[in-house]
Amino acid sequence: MEDVKVGRRFFLKSGGAAAAVASSVVIPIHNANAATPANPALGSTTALAYPAVAVGKVKGMPVNEAVSFNYPDDSSMCYAIKMGVPVAGGVGPDSDIVAYSAMCTHMGCPIQYDGGSRTFKCGCHFSIFDPEQHGQMVCGQATENLPVIKLSYDAKTDTVHAVGVDGLIYGRQSNIL
Amino acid sequence: MSTNINDRIALPPKDAQTTNMTCHFCIVGCGYHVYKWDANKEGGRAADQNALGLDFTTQLPPMQVCMTKAMTNTITDKAGKRWNIMVLPDKECTVNSGLSSTRGGRMASYMYAHDGVGRERLKTPRVFKGDQWFDTGWDNAMALYAGLTKKILDNDGPSGLVYDCFDHGGAGGGFENTWGTGKLMFSALQTPMVRIHNRPAYNSECHATREMGIGELNNSYEDAQLSDTLFCIGANPYETQSNYFLNHWIPNITGSTLDKKNKWFPGETAAAAKVIIVDPRRTATVAIAEQVAGKENVLHLDIEPGSDTALFNTLFTYVVAQGWQNKDFIAKHTVGYDAALKTNHMTLAEGAKATGISVANLKKAAEWAYKPKASGHAPRTFHAYEKGIIWGNDNYNIQSALVSLVIATQNVGRRGTGVCRMGGHQEGYTRPPYPGNSKIYIDKEIINGKGLMYTIWGTNPFQTTLNAEEHRTVLRRRARIVNDAISRAKGVSTEQLVDIIYNACKYQGGLFVVSMNLYPTVVAEDAHMLLPAAQPGEINLTSMNGERRLRLSEKFMDAPGTAKADCLIAADIANALKAMYTKEGNAAMAKRFEGFNWKTEEDAFNDGFRRAGRPGVGPIDSQGGDTGYLATYALLRKAGNNGVQLPIKKVEGDKLIGTPIHYADNKFDTADGKAHFKPAPYTGLPARVLEQKNKHAFWINSGRANEVWQTAYHDQYNTFVRDRYPMAFIEMNLDDAKKMGVSGGDVVEVFNDFGSTYAMAYPIKALKPGQTFMLFGYVKGVHGDVVTDWTDRNVVPYYKGTWASIKRVGSVDEYKVSVSFKDRRVG
Repeated sequence: MEDVKVGRRFFLKSGGAAAAVASSVVIPIHNANAATPANPALGSTTALAYPAVAVGKVKGMPVNEAVSFNYPDDSSMCYAIKMGVPVAGGVGPDSDIVAYSAMCTHMGCPIQYDGGSRTFKCGCHFSIFDPEQHGQMVCGQATENLPVIKLSYDAKTDTVHAVGVDGLIYGRQSNIL
Repeated sequence: MSTNINDRIALPPKDAQTTNMTCHFCIVGCGYHVYKWDANKEGGRAADQNALGLDFTTQLPPMQVCMTKAMTNTITDKAGKRWNIMVLPDKECTVNSGLSSTRGGRMASYMYAHDGVGRERLKTPRVFKGDQWFDTGWDNAMALYAGLTKKILDNDGPSGLVYDCFDHGGAGGGFENTWGTGKLMFSALQTPMVRIHNRPAYNSECHATREMGIGELNNSYEDAQLSDTLFCIGANPYETQSNYFLNHWIPNITGSTLDKKNKWFPGETAAAAKVIIVDPRRTATVAIAEQVAGKENVLHLDIEPGSDTALFNTLFTYVVAQGWQNKDFIAKHTVGYDAALKTNHMTLAEGAKATGISVANLKKAAEWAYKPKASGHAPRTFHAYEKGIIWGNDNYNIQSALVSLVIATQNVGRRGTGVCRMGGHQEGYTRPPYPGNSKIYIDKEIINGKGLMYTIWGTNPFQTTLNAEEHRTVLRRRARIVNDAISRAKGVSTEQLVDIIYNACKYQGGLFVVSMNLYPTVVAEDAHMLLPAAQPGEINLTSMNGERRLRLSEKFMDAPGTAKADCLIAADIANALKAMYTKEGNAAMAKRFEGFNWKTEEDAFNDGFRRAGRPGVGPIDSQGGDTGYLATYALLRKAGNNGVQLPIKKVEGDKLIGTPIHYADNKFDTADGKAHFKPAPYTGLPARVLEQKNKHAFWINSGRANEVWQTAYHDQYNTFVRDRYPMAFIEMNLDDAKKMGVSGGDVVEVFNDFGSTYAMAYPIKALKPGQTFMLFGYVKGVHGDVVTDWTDRNVVPYYKGTWASIKRVGSVDEYKVSVSFKDRRVG
């Protein structure tokens, strides 16, 4: 399995949380401040226990269309898109597959992908995000870009897995409930 | 900001301290709550374990909260104790109902933390010693500041003392600080050499409407929920008054306030509001209004730049020809109707020619805004305007034309109507009267070598003035004369240094430059002294928003270092001068500097806002009027984020009762109580501007982008904004760009006879050929460099009206790979 592909700048933007999470199994991270509902692991410098979840096979993946999947659990919808041109942070044989949380970082409304403008749009307060630019807010009321779902690509099985999240998903204290 | 982790945040525990905060930034003044708690603790995820009362054990549904990492921070108090803070929008505040904007939502990030976004904050006074900056104490800084001020005052009089000072509310302003600075400049120093934060003189942005008897903030935000037609002129509220638009306009546009309309106005035809937007550019607001209301309910009048007066005069003429004016109201409550009608006369054909708007659309606008409804009632049309008019082609004339149309159709003083500026900052004006009878074009005085000492107080004329290149060039040259003199002085006392600086200014053309600010800013490149100021949250501060809603932002943390409120800086200066005059036995001068014995911001509030109009007190111009004394900090704390709308009518128990709308009684703010029409002939572009238009191919429009607050004084340090806009962008037509070989992320030079600046090209389809839009006031790429020095009769600039040439300079790889150049409009 290949490692997560990130451009240098993407890595810098991601900060220290961009640790490699390249296993296909859930990695429980244990430490003295183990997360519990009453005492979430905060202020620690460890990565959360992100699962690896298969998003799908690249072959047959439509171009410039959002494919929905849930990550890191069933209550968090995300979109993967094969952009059709290589993009920074893109994975897959063409380095063009990216994925994002499908909930606007402003107030959690479901975002829609507009293939014409190649942007995500939120119908509640009209924020716009660019999937070809790490989820950068193009215009809008959010204070954060879209959370990036980190992907890895397994050439042997032609499968893309979601393996982590860069950014806080709306409506959560922690990305892992 | 103590961690790079971005997928978790700390929740406030149930016992977290909670205080009120009105947003620092735009005029809307959204209400927020500040939660503060021990950094070693955090609330649990269960609803009964955190102060928000929200259940984080499962995914929250949409629209429950705005809560992001940007809304958190970890601060350290003066005793070294660390605290977590979270600043969230207040669901109970009628202004924003729990919405946060992209600006206000970042307030927590912008509170000072040694390792946070605000790490570059000024923490102590600094003096420039010719080649480098040194930190110093307030006593030393005041000895130099007051010493030089006194020398100039004694030898040259107050006109040697020049100020560029804020006059607004919110951060960098507020009633306490406009009073403190105003009392120092106008009562104590008595200098008329003062300009305001965004314009080159001491003037209003609304002279005409005030002279006509109509203050510019005359309705409530609720009125925008009740209008039949929202007539938006030279304003882009989605980006610049975001939650006013989202929380009050959008519900009306979607028809969700119909029940309210039927209840308030029984018997009147009611429907979802129609929207008319006057702007040469297709804005984010136009696109959103069309998406929400359907294109058939939005009329975008994309007028020729500078032709607003022609538009309103044409509508005025047409409305009267149709008999849609309110004859009874005109007869009873106005004067000057006939003269205005005659002077402002423009036929539809003339109007269409001047504005570029079709006759059909001119008629449609008039019908939507002024034709009686099916029920026979006149429509309730709210006229909302901002910089398209204020920084337009002759501010005074456009306002005269617009407000004449509004008076003729009685769209003021009735619920659902109003003729209001939308506003930039919050407001917060309380000052002694300006000591002069004429408006002085301060920038020209500086350019012409006048003034000896320039205090730049909470402002940044390098980024936000007109003819900026010449202003900056001359100021820099004059400042360097002082640098040279200072660097030659070795081992001198402060008194000797005062003499050295004075001589350099007086006899060699130098200028001593002082800046009070949160940050060094680019002004530091040419300043000699920096004094650290504080922002709301670090101090208590009152301001009012665009519906005159007064709130108290409460102090909840220490300011960095020895930074302090501007009013207390003003007091330090006055008290230092008083001591100097007392010491030399000059009782008369010492007396001028009395009355600054303030220990807190509340002392300044009580001295200014609360004394206005009281018996025995001299004249004070205050937005609180004569009833400001009713507002105490204690009552304002109780009033919370809903505060009270000025002017205050009375106090019932511990509740302040205010004024939702002005002129409901048809009594206007003129000597005779009537609304005064004002003739406003349309005369085209000023010759000085026309000259640039004839020479240069591109109209350089300018304005704000949602994500950037003013000069980006905080934002420039925040990667969320800086990665988006590493320099000022310039939107330009796609084909124009192609012809020049320009693509998104290229750097272009924008230049004309007045100056030259650089910008990051942002080509899009939505811009018309020959038209551009450049981010105003940004930290890199100063639009003002190419703005002409033309002003209206009150020295109000025409920032929106300049023409320039554009050429490609090159390309920055970093911009190409890190910045999105997709359209900022939803459609």
